[in-house]
Amino acid sequence: MEKRHVIAPATGSPGGAGGAVFGSNSAQWISILALVVFAVALPFALSKYHVFELTMVMIYAIAVLGLNILTGYNGQISLGHGGFFAAGAYTAAILMHRYGVPYWATLPAAALICFVLGVLFGLPALRFEGPYLALVTLAMALATPQLLKYFDTWTGGQQGINLPKPVPPHWLEIDRDRWLYFVALMALLIAIRIAANILHGRTGRALIATRDQPIAAVAMGIPTARYKTIAFGTSTLFTGVAGALAAIVIGYVSPEGYSLFLSVSFLVGSAIGGIATIGGAIVGGLFIEFVPNLANDISDAAPWAIYGLAMLLFMYTMPRGAVGTVWPWIGKALMRMGPHKIE
Amino acid sequence: MTAKHITAMSLAVAALALGSGLVWAAGQYGPGASDTEIKIGQTMPYSGPASAYGTIGKAEAAYFAMINDKGGVNGRKINLISRDDGYSPPKTVEAVRKLVEEDQVLLTFNVLGTPPNTAVQGYLNDNKVPQLFVASGADKWNDPKKFPWTMGWQPSYRIEARIYGRYILKNFPNAKVAIVYQNDDFGKDYLAGLKEGLGDKAGKMLVATQSYETTDPTIDSQVVALQGSGADTLLVAAIPKFAAQAIRKVADLSWKPNFFMTNVSASVKSVMQPAGFDKSQGIITAGYLKDPNDPQWQNSAEYKDWLEWMKKYYSGGSLADVNNVYGYSAAETLVSVLKASGNNLTRDNIMKQAASIHDLKLPMALPGIVVSTSTTDFAPIKQMQLQKFEGQTWKLFGEVISGSGS
Repeated sequence: MEKRHVIAPATGSPGGAGGAVFGSNSAQWISILALVVFAVALPFALSKYHVFELTMVMIYAIAVLGLNILTGYNGQISLGHGGFFAAGAYTAAILMHRYGVPYWATLPAAALICFVLGVLFGLPALRFEGPYLALVTLAMALATPQLLKYFDTWTGGQQGINLPKPVPPHWLEIDRDRWLYFVALMALLIAIRIAANILHGRTGRALIATRDQPIAAVAMGIPTARYKTIAFGTSTLFTGVAGALAAIVIGYVSPEGYSLFLSVSFLVGSAIGGIATIGGAIVGGLFIEFVPNLANDISDAAPWAIYGLAMLLFMYTMPRGAVGTVWPWIGKALMRMGPHKIE
Repeated sequence: MTAKHITAMSLAVAALALGSGLVWAAGQYGPGASDTEIKIGQTMPYSGPASAYGTIGKAEAAYFAMINDKGGVNGRKINLISRDDGYSPPKTVEAVRKLVEEDQVLLTFNVLGTPPNTAVQGYLNDNKVPQLFVASGADKWNDPKKFPWTMGWQPSYRIEARIYGRYILKNFPNAKVAIVYQNDDFGKDYLAGLKEGLGDKAGKMLVATQSYETTDPTIDSQVVALQGSGADTLLVAAIPKFAAQAIRKVADLSWKPNFFMTNVSASVKSVMQPAGFDKSQGIITAGYLKDPNDPQWQNSAEYKDWLEWMKKYYSGGSLADVNNVYGYSAAETLVSVLKASGNNLTRDNIMKQAASIHDLKLPMALPGIVVSTSTTDFAPIKQMQLQKFEGQTWKLFGEVISGSGS
């Protein structure tokens, strides 16, 4: 139990690490509003390629946010979220390619399917704790590419599926990359809002109690099995929507895109950003998108050694993840500066 | 119109004509090309499940380094930006977009793998960026009507299988043919090509088919089942590990079929030797490149050039790896297209030149194999040479066979 406290010391307190994002006081709302204005203006100052990169950052952030709910707040480690990401991606691809469903309508479908899959997967997973659950989910990550190849009448096998290109609404007079940026931004904001609602309320406290003190939680009358299942379903819902968005933005799905490494990336992003935080998901998304490329630019010969080094550096200097470590410090600074109390 | 006006206008026309003349003299350039440089891009699986192919990208960079040392192409140095995509299509999309939009490359060259190429084919064609000499054995890169900016390079698996089918039909019209294939696109292309090669008689001649999964421990049971079918001709469309197993099993069963082996598993060093030279005698395959392990080439001038280049420019590469012959030959094909483009290095002209290669001979291709393309034929290499395994080497026999047409 001690270790878990180290990961996330902000047990249950809404003003803690993650709680500070999207809290209730007005200073925070103003800063959030400023952030949103910045996010809306940003794509017009950047090239299409950089806009595309930021879109991917936000998509990865949604996936990491999903993982944070499960691993950070509920203490269940998953190495298999790449599989749910793939499920969301293929839901979008199959609906768009075979049935001509518009891209935006595939997002709720992916959400529903991945929620159901997550709950179904969460039921047997209830019997496994910690490293054992990690192993079960690892099996899922390993099986994903092969399953996708096996059901080739639906998934297109190794050839994959080319998705039709989403067309921005013509009244907006905006190019596709910037439009998809805003679609992803909307999805991320909604995801953060929903996650904040869940995690800062009753359910969030129950999830954290189940993580930190399972026996006490049961004694208090928390149906831990139900909450674990809910955590699983909600988590995979987020990751599935992210997968669907990624498929729409990339325009192509194939089994090779959903290897074990993707699942590992999510976990790395989650830990780097701050595993039991909401804002950390964005840092995680940035890490997943940019660090492998940076590592490649630094050294052609050993990019993964650089990647590993970056990971070590992050974890050594910020053991609770970027947001988990930095946010309380900002909070204290703000408290000294202004009249608004953060804690 | 006054005289003044006319003078002004004629001056303007003259200036325009002169201006365009100057442009002609300096060369016409698309993105990435200039008087001193031709910038090209690619993605390669330097990491991930297909990283064994990464050596192709390194060999190509080494080939361009040699060309640059010799003064480049028409005085311009080739600058290859080669990015790792880990064989993951989403990563390919990102890397290729960066190459086109940020690095501003003139063209993409030899991007490796069927899924990565499929992922960027639409994007590159929409943006009219040449997707040249795709490194994939799939059959779909020769479609100039639908994808005028995409061109394959190597003979596809399907073309190769068609060649076996045609050879069997011509020489053993009463053969009972069996095939064991890997249960994915690679293997299924062989099944389809074999049927096409056998033509109308496929239904009668093809007596048994078996498939295996890459996760199977062996393909022994499939081989046993095929023998049981009474077949006297066998095509094995398997990757090296399973191909070696099949060779051993066929010998252990004392089965003596006419044995055809996919070119993918024709390596002397990684298939024939481990399976046993005594068990590999008489196997037939179709090839287009010289196997660097094959002693019959090792005294030729072409091999010696290759060897010298390997030692000087790619000393870290394996002399036993046929992929280093592949990269050398693909890079050479591109250099010939760039040379032919002269001072007109626009994307349009690059595609035009790539679609008008006439009987280009590559030193490390098998004798008789030539590269040729046209505006309706975007499959540069479609000939193969049958060869039979004798002693410790592949002996060429018969004529070069074309697998094009259906």
